[in-house]
Amino acid sequence: MNPLSAPWLELAIGTAAVGSIVVGWLGRPDRVYRWGVAFIGSAFACSLLASLSFYAEGPAASPGARPSPLALDDLSAPLLPAVALLHLLTAVATARAHARRFSFSWSLAAEAIGLAIFATKGPWPLVGLLAASTVPPLVELRNRGRPTRLYALHMALFVGLLILGQTGVDARGPASAAPGWACLALTAAVLIRSGAAPAHCWVTDWFEHASFGIALLYALPLSGVYAAIRLVVPIAPDWCLRLIGLASLATAVYASAMAVVQREERRFFAFLFVGHAALVLVGLGIHTELSLCASLCLWFSAILSLCGFGLTLRALEARFGRLSLAVHHGLYERTPVLAVFFLLTGLASVGFPGTVGFVSVELLVDGAVDADLPAGIGVLAASALGGIAVLRAYLALFAGGRSDSSVAVGITRRERFAVTALTMLILAGGVFPQSGVKTRETAAAAILKDRARRGTAATPAKPGEAAASEPASPRSRPLR
Amino acid sequence: MTGFELWTRALGAVVVGGPVALTVALGGASLLGRPPREERTSRLVEATIVSGLLATLAMLVTMLATGSRRVAVDFGEWVAVADSYHFRIKFVFDRLSVPVAILSFVLIGTIGAFASRYLHRERGFNRFFVLYSVFALGMIATSLAGTMETLFAGWELVGLSSALLVGFYHERRAPSRNALWVWSVYRFSDAALLLAVVTMHRLRGAGDLDVLFGFAAWPEARADVTAAQAFLVGLLLLTAAAGKSALAPFSGWLPRAMEGPTPSSAVFYGALSVHLGAFLLMRTSPLWERSLAMGALVAALGLATAAFAHVVGAAGTDIKSALSFASLAQVGMIVAETGAAGVAGWVGGRASGDVAVAAAAAAVWLRYVALAHFLGHACLRTLQFLRAPTLLHDYHQLENAIGEGAPRPTAAAGRRGDARAEARRYRFALERGFLDAALTTFVAAPFTRALRRCDSLERRWTDWLSGEPSRESDQVKPRPGTFDEVL
Repeated sequence: MNPLSAPWLELAIGTAAVGSIVVGWLGRPDRVYRWGVAFIGSAFACSLLASLSFYAEGPAASPGARPSPLALDDLSAPLLPAVALLHLLTAVATARAHARRFSFSWSLAAEAIGLAIFATKGPWPLVGLLAASTVPPLVELRNRGRPTRLYALHMALFVGLLILGQTGVDARGPASAAPGWACLALTAAVLIRSGAAPAHCWVTDWFEHASFGIALLYALPLSGVYAAIRLVVPIAPDWCLRLIGLASLATAVYASAMAVVQREERRFFAFLFVGHAALVLVGLGIHTELSLCASLCLWFSAILSLCGFGLTLRALEARFGRLSLAVHHGLYERTPVLAVFFLLTGLASVGFPGTVGFVSVELLVDGAVDADLPAGIGVLAASALGGIAVLRAYLALFAGGRSDSSVAVGITRRERFAVTALTMLILAGGVFPQSGVKTRETAAAAILKDRARRGTAATPAKPGEAAASEPASPRSRPLR
Repeated sequence: MTGFELWTRALGAVVVGGPVALTVALGGASLLGRPPREERTSRLVEATIVSGLLATLAMLVTMLATGSRRVAVDFGEWVAVADSYHFRIKFVFDRLSVPVAILSFVLIGTIGAFASRYLHRERGFNRFFVLYSVFALGMIATSLAGTMETLFAGWELVGLSSALLVGFYHERRAPSRNALWVWSVYRFSDAALLLAVVTMHRLRGAGDLDVLFGFAAWPEARADVTAAQAFLVGLLLLTAAAGKSALAPFSGWLPRAMEGPTPSSAVFYGALSVHLGAFLLMRTSPLWERSLAMGALVAALGLATAAFAHVVGAAGTDIKSALSFASLAQVGMIVAETGAAGVAGWVGGRASGDVAVAAAAAAVWLRYVALAHFLGHACLRTLQFLRAPTLLHDYHQLENAIGEGAPRPTAAAGRRGDARAEARRYRFALERGFLDAALTTFVAAPFTRALRRCDSLERRWTDWLSGEPSRESDQVKPRPGTFDEVL
């Protein structure tokens, strides 16, 4: 029997789900930690094998070919192991002293739901899973005794709009287009979940109140973008996607600018994250093959780089507590390795050369300028401001003074392993980007093909229009 | 592949591969927390620079021997998205890039040798050389770039290493503030360059300089674009160049950059980095020269910067600031020469008969003048910067040699015109033309105020939605001596 043909996808989700229950029964924190990491590691291995099986043997041989609501495709195949890796590295990098605070049981539950989301294409199962995914964060906030009203309000609105929109879409006849109000409801739901302004406040609030590790796990996979691709892009008219593009562009610029002036590191990170989520949606809103490919590349690079960046900030927090960015801390001499990782992952997130984000940002700017010059300028502005915000944070945390204490607070082995693994991926993706870009290009083409098949691309995307009216240039090709 | 192609490809690989390997070796060791010892770092740097320099010289000899004025080394496609996007790794050796690459290797090598002694046993020795290797890679990639995308990547590497070296002394606040200022200007200029790159890509369907400017060798290449397109792209390129080369109105960052260690000041702001904007204008001149207005604008901005730097530099009270403005004055002149070449080239393309021939010849001559000016000035300024720390010692030696105090300029000797005008001029120079003040008052402060206002509105909104104070971050209190004054 070919080992790759085993149901790895189901095993990955099942392992996380079973792990959540088993770990919940364990009492001692050290046992919880060991078993928790073992389950999360196993889930990662299974998801990696599921992804490999998809690429090695194609969708026909992958578990999705069997009668199961779960399936991988070009879009989700690399995202699944990325999400599992995010969980694994976050768990591994958790300091023993903080293992009590880090809820392995809820983290595994969230992982099971997250993996299931990324392996689901059907609208209603996806709506159900997205609704279910809002529960673990609520429990986390309650367990920590933090205010939940703001989060609950936003998520209730998100789930309500999602159900309303999908009901409207299902109510249409098979031959008719989805009603505008239903598309609008789905669009609003996606924008809320992705933290588009002014609904971004739940993201900043979430990062304020949750433990940093759990906050990363819930936010970074960008489930809102996945919902947009599965639920909105296939059926929404062009104006709906343009609305997503516009709202996201404004959010990207606003959030990146806000990141520059933040006085506390978690809020700074939250705004940086909101800016990235918005940039990913900008490419989706433009929905040309190039911009969509850029968007998918950026999504992947954001998961890796922001995870590394977040873990570095979390490691700093573990040593020094919540840090103000309004003062110089001069921590470089005490934690030089963390400083290097901070800079590297931070710059990767804003698309610095040699890192995985470089090509993504280049492609996105190219795609945006191709479709709409102001959109391109907006993307550039967001990227430039993000770069300023990252260096400002670096200088505030690591330079400008001498730390009072001489106690060594170097990086631990487990933290080093987690951040080094991410850094290697970030650099490898930056130096050899083509294979990754190729998979994203295939996924983008499949998404647009699906949209065209359903007849929702009533008017061609702008480059296509240009191609119809002007002599064909190699860069203004109509969508295939 | 012919023997010639194989040979040039091998040389190209050594020229570019050396700095890449150095960056990987020093950066990788730092990431693993095992930085190499000082002697090993110095030897690695020496080997990389010498091998790169020899390979570039070998390329020059090959070009002279074969009569090739232009050799392209194409390492193939790095990223491609269907036929919508192509990013090639390609390097071009021609009359512009070869001298600049040789100059870069010579000066970077000199600075490397100097710094290995100057920074001996400094805490930041390893950090300096990691940034130095990133700078060397960026400089070589920019100078030899055969595609605009490669040029942009190198440009960004140079910018980052420059900014981090300005903030090299981590224990003081001023370098951090100045590093952030420099970085902000650089990010603005990077954004302008990226927009220019994408626009060029869009105009011609590729970022390859051969496709953009035709296959003619510099300085004879001409791009096939309209005057309006040339003006639009030229404006973006000029903005990028102005940020990188500290042309007006961005000149304020140059003296701030002197916070870094002397070797970095020499190589970045005296010799190489500060000329990068001028280099960009030279490299892309076949495109923007198609617009007369653009040529005139480049020349005017160069002259204005030179005049500004001359006036402001006269009031400098420390040697590094004085040298930085002297450097800026010359960079302004180089840009003015490049702009004048553009105007002459435009006239050569439009006029007829003897006028056209004379104008075309003048354009070529001016391009060579600008290049020679760049090379000579970079060497002279490096020497001056490296001698700056021993200026007083040199002065005393001079006085000992002549047996009496050296003549010092009196206040009266420098006076021209009436006292009030003199005072105004002095104030203008002392405040560095009020450029930094203007940027702070009209750009940074309103930006920060508006966003802080948004932040405060957000707080009220989240407090209302939560029904209680929603921000834990408010309890994280800053200590005195805030970082906010940067913004």
